[in-house]
Amino acid sequence: MAAEAAPKLTRKDFVADQDVRWCPGCGDYSILANVQRVMPELGVPRENIVFISGIGCSSRFPYYMNTYGFHTIHGRAPAFATGAKTANPDLSVWVVTGDGDGLSIGGNHLLHTIRRNLDIQILLFNNRVYGLTKGQYSPTSELGMKTKSSPFGSIDHPIDPISFALGCGATFVARTIDVDAPHLQQVLRRAHQHKGTSFVEILQNCPVFNDGVFSEVEDRKTRSESALVLEQGQPLTFGSAGSLKGIVMQNGLPQIIELADDDDPVERGVVVHDERQEMPSYASALATLKRPDFPVPVGVIREVEKPCYEEMLVDQVNAATEQNGRGDLRDLLNSGDTWEVS
Amino acid sequence: MTTKSILKIDDVAIRFAGDSGDGMQLTGTKFTDETALAGNDLSTYPDFPAEIRAPAGTMAGVSGYQIHFSSKDIHTPADKVDLLVAFNPAALRANVADVRSQGMVIINGEAFTKKALVRAGYAEDPLPDLATRFNLVEIPLTSLNREALQGLALSQREVDRCKNFFALGLLCWLYQRPMKATERWLNGKFKGDVREGNLRTLRSGHAFGETTELFPTHYSIPSAKIEAGTYRNITGNTALAWGIVAAGEQMNNPVFLGAYPITPASEVLHEVARHRNFGVKTFQAEDEIAAASATIGAAFAGQLAVTISSGPGFILKQEAIGLAVMVELPLVAINVQRAGPATGSPTKTEQGDLLAAIFGRHSQSPVPVLAPASPGDCFHTVLEAFKIAVDFMTPVVVLSDGYLANSAEPWQIPDIKSLPRKPVSFAKADDADNFQPYSRNSETLARPWAIPGTPGLEHRIGGLTKEDISGNIVYGPENHQHMVNLRAEKIARIATVIPPIEVEGPDSGALLVIGWGGTRGAITAAIEETREKGREVSQAHLRHLNPFPSNLGDVLKRFDNILCPELNEGQLSMLLRSRYLVDVQPFSKIAGQPFKVSEIFERIDTILNQKD
Repeated sequence: MAAEAAPKLTRKDFVADQDVRWCPGCGDYSILANVQRVMPELGVPRENIVFISGIGCSSRFPYYMNTYGFHTIHGRAPAFATGAKTANPDLSVWVVTGDGDGLSIGGNHLLHTIRRNLDIQILLFNNRVYGLTKGQYSPTSELGMKTKSSPFGSIDHPIDPISFALGCGATFVARTIDVDAPHLQQVLRRAHQHKGTSFVEILQNCPVFNDGVFSEVEDRKTRSESALVLEQGQPLTFGSAGSLKGIVMQNGLPQIIELADDDDPVERGVVVHDERQEMPSYASALATLKRPDFPVPVGVIREVEKPCYEEMLVDQVNAATEQNGRGDLRDLLNSGDTWEVS
Repeated sequence: MTTKSILKIDDVAIRFAGDSGDGMQLTGTKFTDETALAGNDLSTYPDFPAEIRAPAGTMAGVSGYQIHFSSKDIHTPADKVDLLVAFNPAALRANVADVRSQGMVIINGEAFTKKALVRAGYAEDPLPDLATRFNLVEIPLTSLNREALQGLALSQREVDRCKNFFALGLLCWLYQRPMKATERWLNGKFKGDVREGNLRTLRSGHAFGETTELFPTHYSIPSAKIEAGTYRNITGNTALAWGIVAAGEQMNNPVFLGAYPITPASEVLHEVARHRNFGVKTFQAEDEIAAASATIGAAFAGQLAVTISSGPGFILKQEAIGLAVMVELPLVAINVQRAGPATGSPTKTEQGDLLAAIFGRHSQSPVPVLAPASPGDCFHTVLEAFKIAVDFMTPVVVLSDGYLANSAEPWQIPDIKSLPRKPVSFAKADDADNFQPYSRNSETLARPWAIPGTPGLEHRIGGLTKEDISGNIVYGPENHQHMVNLRAEKIARIATVIPPIEVEGPDSGALLVIGWGGTRGAITAAIEETREKGREVSQAHLRHLNPFPSNLGDVLKRFDNILCPELNEGQLSMLLRSRYLVDVQPFSKIAGQPFKVSEIFERIDTILNQKD
């Protein structure tokens, strides 16, 4: 078999020959390393992998991947990806964007790309600040955040990327953490496996302009208390032995209850995670869980099936060809009323 | 029954005018089809409001369709019409100024109620006065149509909606047109009593002409002597769409069209979308920015990429086109220009985007710019644009306009074998060892088109300043200057593959009239009229606006006067003056309407008189 004959690729095969130019300590380094690690496991020929980005710190990503790559214009990466994937559905297309690129200037394209459900992966690095333009507040910055462009505090209400994606009808929505390598890799694998648009929010630290914004979930010591790790079919519990807690629903609203170590969480009414619920209300409720009142859900929040845009388009091309025969230019030009002049 | 006399004439222009809901565009189109089948040369000018259904009976809602047909070669829809058919007072008021003196005006007399006159803005009944200046023919169109359709299971509203076909039948009698194409169309389009109603009123209109005392004469217009071949009618928008489909066939590669609906370009998207069985993919994007971006994404992945729009949308695409300049990917960006600025007049024509097409991106961002000269020429221009885009790995802008978009002309259907055929070629996996994403073809300076899916050619492209050959990001000053020069030189070299500009008429002398795009017909007609008066004048018409044909400077310098009519404030004139240091005289019109032949004729006359 050709697949067996091909030499097995390793992480190194996905490392481009360019110097990486992110700031020291940037969460992007960890994301890059983990993406490069996951790539050889996906079973996709390297030449079929395309990374497409917009503008911003995160959008330098394609230059560092030894795959096909396209660093495009601010906010428009999902649209470029739409064209590339539609042109060649065999490609494995990965969009890399940030909270500014994806949710501010490119919010419209993110919306429409997600709702069309092309079979692509969208990785949104959320550091809640503009990095490349040197530290202005972003659409995910908290109200009141003081930056160069908001010296008296931001008066923009932030948007939550997960809620946004769910609102767009996303078929795969997940959240992970830049420095949690195993979790990040697992989410990337799941995103790739999913047929349809996979939206992944990666909480990412910006050590220069917003250092420590996600330290509670990044720090292993506090992660168990501050992150709610989602696993299909498992109850929504968090905390460590002696201080276990669970999420229950009361009057349609999530609440935290304390659990004894020998409690059966399900019997206590703790919600069992079901990423495959067709109704988005469960996933939307999860998306409302925020610090400091709740732990931050990480993992696959929702995965459902819907037809993909590029497949339906190819189906239309095939159906039209079957019905009318392959188009003939001479017939087209001579269709309708014509007359001869001799 | 009286015997009707038949008068042979060579040239007629008529206009149908009514409410935008009266079916004037359809009536005009069907008359055009019949006229084409009768073998006349023809030119049409549909003129309709941007509103889908403006209040009935008001000036705002008047829709018109003009057709000029002849036994001779003609170039424009004509400045004045010989016959106006006005379905209501507003249609009369909006159009009567364009009827030649003592021309015929047919009105639906029953629509001229006091209320309708007021609604049209007439303070008093205009008919007595008009009767002194025109051959005014009042027919009871509403009741004639109702009588014809008696007994059919149609509502009064449905019956009244058929009356445009009564008028069409009458006009077909008046100018001895066949009605076969219309009957065939009705048979295919409608069923039951709607079909029967339309067919019956069409024939009744024809019979009415034959029997009524109102028309003692009808006319025959001999067929025109035109080059042998198979012909059809075509509008500029259809020709653009078929050019796009044809590019995929002739270059043996699938087409991707990304677009966002906008008047007057949407029909191109509609038409291409119908032809999925050619393997074309159409993508209706969320906005113009996404349309251009997705199209460039498709080009990156190896498709023949095209995006269409009109002025406001074209401007939104400029940043993406700039990226295509930087990453050197082939893209065809079509702008069906309309009157602006801002929303302007969406259904009216203009040539206001020439400088925007050439210079409208930030920094030094050169692109080739082409403009078709007639509806049928849109087809060939698109094919050429694709060829340049692929051969030189560059975005190419095509500037059509609202006039070309909607106007129809007889078009000699090209022999497929005569069309340029050149399958696209991509960089191959065999070249992997030597592959460099920005290596150069020594003649064209094009870089290789290396598409995802090709093993060993993995590479990154992007908007950042890059090093030639390797494509690596480099910010050094010498490199930047080098790349700016290189991109400029690449576009300049396109001049080596485009034909020299041809001068029609003496190749030197007192006056050269130079134009571009959709004004060719009016300029040609004005020049023919000048020559008929025994005076010499030459014509040149530019299809290539950037780069210019290599002999253009020499041509311009051979004339004492150069006149440049444009539907803008003198954009081509400005380019020619600055490039060649010649005293080009701009002749501007920005009225949302094409040039009248008389306007250009008079300007030529004035210049030649000054000379004498």
